[in-house]
Amino acid sequence: MRDLTLLMTAGGVLIFVIVAALFTIAIRSRQGAIGHRGGMRLVLWAGAIVPTVVLAALLIGTLPAMRPMKADDRALVVDVSGEQFWWRVGYRAADGGAFAAANEVRIPVGRTVDFRLSAGDVIHSFWIPGLAGKVDMIPGRTNRLVARATRAGRYRGQCAEFCGLSHALMAFDVVAMEPAAFDRWLTEQRRPPPTPATLVAQRGARMFADNGCGGCHAVAGTPATGRIGPDFSHIAGRATLGAGIMPMSTANLVRFIRNAPAVKPGARMPRYTHLAPADALAIARYLETLK
Amino acid sequence: MSEDDTSGDDDRGLTERLRERRVTLWTLIVPPTVWAVHFLFCYLWVAVSCAKQGGFARFPIAFVAGTILALGIIVASGAIAFVQSRTPGDPPPHDESTGIDRTRFLATATLLLAGLSFVAVLFTAAPALMLTDCR
Repeated sequence: MRDLTLLMTAGGVLIFVIVAALFTIAIRSRQGAIGHRGGMRLVLWAGAIVPTVVLAALLIGTLPAMRPMKADDRALVVDVSGEQFWWRVGYRAADGGAFAAANEVRIPVGRTVDFRLSAGDVIHSFWIPGLAGKVDMIPGRTNRLVARATRAGRYRGQCAEFCGLSHALMAFDVVAMEPAAFDRWLTEQRRPPPTPATLVAQRGARMFADNGCGGCHAVAGTPATGRIGPDFSHIAGRATLGAGIMPMSTANLVRFIRNAPAVKPGARMPRYTHLAPADALAIARYLETLK
Repeated sequence: MSEDDTSGDDDRGLTERLRERRVTLWTLIVPPTVWAVHFLFCYLWVAVSCAKQGGFARFPIAFVAGTILALGIIVASGAIAFVQSRTPGDPPPHDESTGIDRTRFLATATLLLAGLSFVAVLFTAAPALMLTDCR
C-alpha cells in the first residue's frame, strides 16, 4: 500500500513537471517552431499513446491488489448485525462456544476474519477504514467481508450508510490482539461475569432487574436475556459506551441510563429520568462489574 | 512471373476491394458497438452467474473468447478503415464535399474509434479476468 502511494505520488509529480516544462517551451517558442506534422505527432504520442500505456500499466499492476481476500479454513467467523444505532456481534461455537457481544469486535492478529454482515432494521454499512473495505448490511441478506490485521491495535469502524437520526453516532472499535491474548479473551468471554461483590453493585443488580433492563439487555448467567439492545455480559471490558461515542466511565453510564435519547437521538431505549441519580449510579456500578 | 509479384497483385486486389466497400455511419459505429456489447457481456455474465449460482462465472474462458472475438472485429474494422482513409484521388486537404473526401473522413473517424474501442475492451476485460470474485 505504501509502495503504491509512493509510486503514484512520484509518478504524478514527474508527469506534472513534464507537462509544466512543455507548457513553458510552448509559450516561449516562436510561432511555427513546430510544423503541422510534428505537432500532430506530438498530440498522438503525448496525448494518446503514452497516457494509454501508463494507465494500462497502472491497471494491470494494481488489479492483483484489489482482489478480495479469500477466507481460509482457519478463518474466524464473526457475525455482525447493524441495528439502530449499534452493532450486534456474535462469535460462533466452532472455536469452543458461541457468545454475544456488542459494539466492539476483537480479532487475532495474523488470522483471517470472515465477517458475516446482516442488518436488523434498515440498511447499514460496515466500514473499518484502517483494516478493510466497506460493505453494506442489508436486512434479509448476509454479506461477507474478509479481513486480516497485520498489526495489533485499535481500528475505528463507522456506519457508512445513513440509517437514521443517530447514524453519525454509530461507531465501533475493532481490537486486533496478539493470538495468545485473544485466546485468553475468548475464554473469559465464554464464562458468565462474576457476581457483584460490593453492596452498591448488588443493589444495582436488583435495580437492573426491577426496572426491567433485562427485557432488552442480556447478562449471561442471570435472568436477563433480552435481545433488543446490546448484550451486557462483558460490557465493562469495552473501551467505549453507546457504540463508540464516549469513553466507558461511571458518569457516562449514569448519563446514558437516565436519558439515552438525549445522548443518542432516535435510540429505542426510553428515558429513565424518574430513576433517582443514586439508583442510576448503583446500576452503573453493577455494569462496571460485568467483565 | 515470380511469386512476389503475384502476392503483390493479391495485396493490391485486397486493398482495392477494401476501398470499394461502402463507408457509412453504420460502419463507423461498428467498433464502439462491439465495445458496448463486450462491456454488457462481461457485466451481465458475472452478474447473472453471481446471482444465480452464488459464485463467479463458471466459464472464465468465455471472457477470454469474448475478448479475443471483440478485439478481432475491432482490429478488422480498424484495418479496413486505415486502408480506406488513404483512398487516393482528390488533392489534399481532403475537406471538399466529394465522395473520396467523405470516405477519407469517415474512415479516419472509424480508425480513431477503433483505437479507442480496442483500449476500452482491454480495460473492461482486465478486471473481469483478474478479479474472479463476486464481491
